[in-house]
Amino acid sequence: MTQTLQWFAPRRQLAPRPRLVLGIMSFVLPLLIWSLVSYVPWIWHPLVEVTEPGSVSYFKAGQRVERELFAAETAKALEAGAPQPQGTPANPVYLPAPHEVLQAFYLAFTAEPERRNEKWLHESLADSIYVIFWGFVISSIIGLPLGILCGTYDVFSRLAEPFVEFFRYLPAPAFGALAVAILGIYQAPKIAIIVIGTLFQQILVISNTTRKLDPALLEAAQTLGARRLSLLFRVVVPGIITDVYKDMRILLGWAWTYLIVAELIGTSSGITWFITQQARYKNFDNVFAAIMIIGIIGLSTDLLLAWLGRRIFPWQRAEARA
Amino acid sequence: MTRMQQFELPSYLEQSDAVRDRFARLRQRPVVLEVKGLNKDFETSHGPVTALRDISFVTHKREFVCVIGPSGCGKSTLIRILAGLETPTSGQLLLDGRAVHGPGPDRGMVFQSYTLFPWLTVKKNVMFGLERAGRGRLAAEEEAMQWIELVGLSKFARSYPHQLSGGMKQRVAIARALANQPRILLMDEPFGALDAQTRAKMQSYLMEIWKNIDITVLFITHDLDEAIYLADRILVLKAHPGEVQELIEVPVPQPRSPEQLLSPEFLATRKRLEELIHPPQDDAALSEDHLNMVRMVAVDDEVESVF
Ligand SMILES: Nc1ncnc2c1ncn2[C@@H]1O[C@H](COP(=O)(O)OP(=O)(O)O)[C@@H](O)[C@H]1O
Ligand SMILES: [Mg+2]
Repeated sequence: MTQTLQWFAPRRQLAPRPRLVLGIMSFVLPLLIWSLVSYVPWIWHPLVEVTEPGSVSYFKAGQRVERELFAAETAKALEAGAPQPQGTPANPVYLPAPHEVLQAFYLAFTAEPERRNEKWLHESLADSIYVIFWGFVISSIIGLPLGILCGTYDVFSRLAEPFVEFFRYLPAPAFGALAVAILGIYQAPKIAIIVIGTLFQQILVISNTTRKLDPALLEAAQTLGARRLSLLFRVVVPGIITDVYKDMRILLGWAWTYLIVAELIGTSSGITWFITQQARYKNFDNVFAAIMIIGIIGLSTDLLLAWLGRRIFPWQRAEARA
Repeated sequence: MTRMQQFELPSYLEQSDAVRDRFARLRQRPVVLEVKGLNKDFETSHGPVTALRDISFVTHKREFVCVIGPSGCGKSTLIRILAGLETPTSGQLLLDGRAVHGPGPDRGMVFQSYTLFPWLTVKKNVMFGLERAGRGRLAAEEEAMQWIELVGLSKFARSYPHQLSGGMKQRVAIARALANQPRILLMDEPFGALDAQTRAKMQSYLMEIWKNIDITVLFITHDLDEAIYLADRILVLKAHPGEVQELIEVPVPQPRSPEQLLSPEFLATRKRLEELIHPPQDDAALSEDHLNMVRMVAVDDEVESVF
């Protein structure tokens, strides 16, 4: 009893075991709910999947109909003494069961796409990763140095930040048509949208992080003979790098959200196009499989980067676990 | 305090022959730092605030000077001006007779807040200034190790600051400042955040170091015992505005040891500092300072009174 109460002490870290168990539960619980809704016939299941049309002329095997409609037709058939339709409770087509999604997940990598002009899932994925990667790299090449300069020198901050502040309110998708007009229809305009979506936030986030550096460190460095460039490169940059690294992980997540718009301009391609396409054909198991892949890629990149961070920055091992 | 006054204490101005002789020789030494008519005003939203007014003093080579004063009297402002981290509103600052502007490695500084670079190991922290001075990597490394040895932390050369205790961090900070071989070591309440035991240990370390190397120290503290124990001379400031109240020559003979904390000279100096820093207040100020308390203990409480 007192043990569980301690779980709700504010900001108290749990012991390693409960931490691990809870971490696993955070995935198991949603999966459990999904399974319950999918496999227990009396939970939700607002439709009936027809297995045997019986005497109902417009029923077809495999069709999903409203439960009330099915009941009404069954009653009618019973009254007329005609063969009754048979069916099982079902969920709408947009909520496939876990095993169907798992199957789609497997088939997406192993079975030839149904239509000739369709791409394999992994080809769509590769397109998306290409766009995200270059969008994020180009944004960082500009945004990182500019953010650090703005956070270090008031001159740069006053010169750049008001405009950046204004620009970040302009919605990136609004630049879609312009990007296509200038950059053509292939990957370039998509990359441009990611850059526009990420860069301005990045400058502001990085400059704010830079400003959080303890000024006493800069003063100490000055009394040790550091000045100008050595202050910037030997104190500011190493002093903020761990926090900047964390910012970059979060910003990379944001870049993914701009992918959706980016992939719908010019010639459509990539994972979001795959999703849109599959949804149009009502292959919702594929849709879920693709969404899950995005989640898996996102989470595993982040875990990888977190792990890498602990290796590169050994001095913050104490706080790295947070 | 009351107990002290029961004994007949000598005047803090009385010096034994050895002490008087030592001060005479000390005054013959070359001047390292000279402060002339220093003023500092801060512009605040409530108008200008005078933090320091007309501060003048000199420190001689290898002298240990403590600066003491009530909180807010401008001690940190003074030392930050000496370090070049603030600019004085007016006045002159001479190091070895030459005017100095801006921070530089000729004036080492140890701050109260721990300012080791968290991304560098102990050794790299100490190497920082040496590398800025253009020393080669190997030479810097070798020299840094000597300074780390001096503060007794050779075993921790590869540790990161977050693995060290507060006292160890300040020892590294001292080594880091000394590695540049500054003309003067400025210390702003460096042991203020340490517990009493560690603080006492750090004081003896610092005395040991000061005895053995060529360094002049300007040390800020608000701890009277610390000031008397460490200093040749104590610069007493008063608040609002910060002005020099007195420059006391500490009559306690050198070398110092903790036993002297109860010697008549020590107690006499302590009494004088108490008078300067906590002057007897008049009744008006006293009543203003008092809490307006109402008795909030049940009448039938089992503990009737704490006395
Ligand atoms: N940057 C500043 N801006 C405005 N006022 C300041 C600034 N720094 C210090 N002061 C004021 O100067 C006075 C002395 O401060 P400080 O040197 O920190 O005192 P001490 O170190 O003796 O406690 C205080 O009244 C403080 O409010
Ligand atoms: Mg202070």
